[in-house]
Amino acid sequence: MTAISSYARALAAASGTAVPTATVRHVHLAARPLILVPLAMAGEANAPLAAMVGTERERPELLVVPQPRNRDLRFAFAARLAEIFLPYVLGFAADIEELTNGPRTVDAPQLIVPNQAGVAFVRLFGRSTRFRTTTGDYAVEPSVPLLGRWLTFFAERAEVPGSSLMPAATEMLSLHWATGQSALEDANLAALMGWIDPPAGADGPAAARLAEDPRHCPPAGPTTDPGFDNEVLAPAIAAYDAVTDPSQLPDAVKRLEEALHSQLQPTWDLVWRALDRLRVLPGGASVPGRWEVDRSRYTGFHTYMIEEGLPQARRDGAVAAARRLNRMERAQASYDAERAFDDPLVMADHRVTGEAFLGSVVAVDRDRRVPNGRGKGRLVTRPLVTLRTEDPVRLALGMKVVATRRRRQECVVTALEPCDAGILVTLEAQNGMGRSAAPAPGSVPEVGESLCYSSVLADGVRSATMPEAEDTPWTHGGPPQPYEPSEQDTAEAWE
Amino acid sequence: MHPGESVQDRTESRLDRIRGSAPPRRHDARTIAALTRNPGCARRGVLDAAGVDKDLLARQVGFPAAFGQSRFAIVRGNVFEARVKADGCVDLLRMFHECLGSEPGGTEPGGTAAGEPLLVTGDAEPDETLAARHERTVAALRTASGTDRPVLITHPLLRLAVGGQDVHLEPDLVLVRPGGLFHVVEIKSFPVIDGQAEGEKVAAAAIQAAVYVLALRRLLGRPDAVSHDVVLVCPRDFSNAPMATRIDVRRQLLVLDHQLARLSAVDALVAALPPDLTFDLAPGPDGRPTRPAAELAAGLSRLDARYTPDCLSMCELAFRCRHEAAGRTAALGPSVREELGGVETVAEVLELAAGTRAPTADQAEAADRLRTTARMYAAGLAAGPATEHAAGDRGPTP
Ligand code: SF4
Repeated sequence: MTAISSYARALAAASGTAVPTATVRHVHLAARPLILVPLAMAGEANAPLAAMVGTERERPELLVVPQPRNRDLRFAFAARLAEIFLPYVLGFAADIEELTNGPRTVDAPQLIVPNQAGVAFVRLFGRSTRFRTTTGDYAVEPSVPLLGRWLTFFAERAEVPGSSLMPAATEMLSLHWATGQSALEDANLAALMGWIDPPAGADGPAAARLAEDPRHCPPAGPTTDPGFDNEVLAPAIAAYDAVTDPSQLPDAVKRLEEALHSQLQPTWDLVWRALDRLRVLPGGASVPGRWEVDRSRYTGFHTYMIEEGLPQARRDGAVAAARRLNRMERAQASYDAERAFDDPLVMADHRVTGEAFLGSVVAVDRDRRVPNGRGKGRLVTRPLVTLRTEDPVRLALGMKVVATRRRRQECVVTALEPCDAGILVTLEAQNGMGRSAAPAPGSVPEVGESLCYSSVLADGVRSATMPEAEDTPWTHGGPPQPYEPSEQDTAEAWE
Repeated sequence: MHPGESVQDRTESRLDRIRGSAPPRRHDARTIAALTRNPGCARRGVLDAAGVDKDLLARQVGFPAAFGQSRFAIVRGNVFEARVKADGCVDLLRMFHECLGSEPGGTEPGGTAAGEPLLVTGDAEPDETLAARHERTVAALRTASGTDRPVLITHPLLRLAVGGQDVHLEPDLVLVRPGGLFHVVEIKSFPVIDGQAEGEKVAAAAIQAAVYVLALRRLLGRPDAVSHDVVLVCPRDFSNAPMATRIDVRRQLLVLDHQLARLSAVDALVAALPPDLTFDLAPGPDGRPTRPAAELAAGLSRLDARYTPDCLSMCELAFRCRHEAAGRTAALGPSVREELGGVETVAEVLELAAGTRAPTADQAEAADRLRTTARMYAAGLAAGPATEHAAGDRGPTP
């Protein structure tokens, strides 16, 4: 928790309604996302029970596994999900723009799940389907392993900070609003929406309490309410199992479908309502840039699936894992920095900690030139800008800072001195002034200008040098064997 | 109080009164494990020591807990345990061998494994009293350490003193290796997929196993005879096939030891309570407790709670305590509370932030930061693009 988000929670608790912690939207929202609300059977290892899925709010598809312990029925579910999922995902591949470093699709698919547990479901369902073979004893529909590889791709992207390929509704909401309850309770989508968008006549706490009552509002899954399991689902599955006359099967299935529909529909509606709330916010300036990265990754994986298409390994080797961690840290740092630069309310956090400050320019030495330090008496332009601020600045001399409205210009802190009302911060502009000796017009701040400078920058995390995969030290398991799916992978029991 | 009555007796009789006529709810491994989370809560400390049925109490005061268990999960758990123990546990022994790294099967001079384990069942026999079963399984445990074959004892009935009271505990399995080293084995039905399981579930299983280790150590009186390496048996990947994982529970043992020692503090807690305090849930003719909810609620308010959101996942009284904690920063989570300078209530936080309340000496620093935060929050909100979200009347970007 940060100072701002904690204070916002206090505000929300006092007012009984959620308060904003962002003024712009920091996630990309696709024009036509695919919503997936999965349910799994309690106790089993990610056994799908049902799902509501689709791109149209009014026309969700309901998929049901009448007996989740039956392997064939699970794979039939996977095949049906693939029928919906694959055409949607592959539908973005054809429309391509050529860039200097290769092609990139102009848009990408977006899969939205209700919560973090939904993301975990997708990851495990991808894991349980991507190794299947389409021949031999355990043959499945050809679409099943494809589905598995794509789901795995989405699940891996979901771990990357700032990616919008598979966001969870709860995470998106929590990024933009603070409730008057704990983060733990915010994991309940219905309770969270109760604070953000309470039904008429109720306040946040009342709506959240109602939302927590499974008789009033089914959990957003994938785990179902134990009461529902014991009282409704178990008898309905038993009735299905007991059918001996095939003509009675449709009725038994219908009973299950109705039961599961009642558990899925409220969550389905909530996810769409969450999207409504998020769409009202104007998009942050760096959102399209991050979506471009998502589009590139999508394009890359699509190409990989055509050219090679082997399933992703069960686990990363040591070097791959370390690289991945490093990539994650950098993605996190740049995501944090970008959000702050896009949004004064996020920047407010850095202002509280003194890593950023808002000040007004009181003096400028615009044409200052200094030796470039590389001899030969060459001079470079290094204007000095002095700002006065009342913020609790905690910067050190030599630190790099950038202003939110002058993102292309790096400055270095050269002096910090207290004055009668606050602190005088002097910065030396390093670049972004054009090529000629005198700074280009408008490229240096002017007296009277009000600017917010931050030292929380995207390139904050240094990447450690990593050995090549084939040089993995034996302490880390030695060089990884290139991954080939084995007999064992495909024969793996899925009882 | 009568002369000669010990503190312990006095506490004991007070606790009896607090519980009333209902039979005591004893601790089990799960509730002991829960002690290590939120140990500072006096309310739970007293109620647990008295053996009050917290679930019933919560229902009675209008805040029923939501700890239902799905039939599907129970069935799966039973099926898996049966499968693990099938075939005389030979398979299981091979897995122990792999995960414990040495030869739990013992090695004969020729280098071959000593073969099948000796199976002892500790499960209840018809008409057997708890005491008899305890005696029987303890005897079995003691003789087991003398054999040269590995011994597996299913469901031995152990005993552990918790807060001055004996608690019965039933580990799934205890493995005794030739040479006499004991390992606690827990069978759990959550899957380990590609070598990874859900962290929370593993943590819960580890602390529970640590409770058994502790009980076994105290029972045998030889701490070094019981290994701090416990074995967790879970289904592998998406199958029902078991796999064994070794877990070192030394850290959990330390925490437990510490918590159990603290439980004696119940004496002091109880001594400070009004002598007539009771949560007697004696049922009336309709089977429901006769004591009015208001009286029970009033009683609860005599016991200091220390609510944190974590309570929601471990204590039956959580909804009630959360209700009481409304308006307190602790209800927003420990890290939020900390960010708010540890100030007790939301109202105080906001007043300090607005400068309408004079901070106490030790609130000065927190108040300073809260004022800054409030100022930055308002400025940040106002500087954002004007939307309905950012409360439209705050004006456009400056
Ligand atoms: S829920 Fe209440 S009684 Fe239980 S541990 Fe938390 S504060 Fe204590």
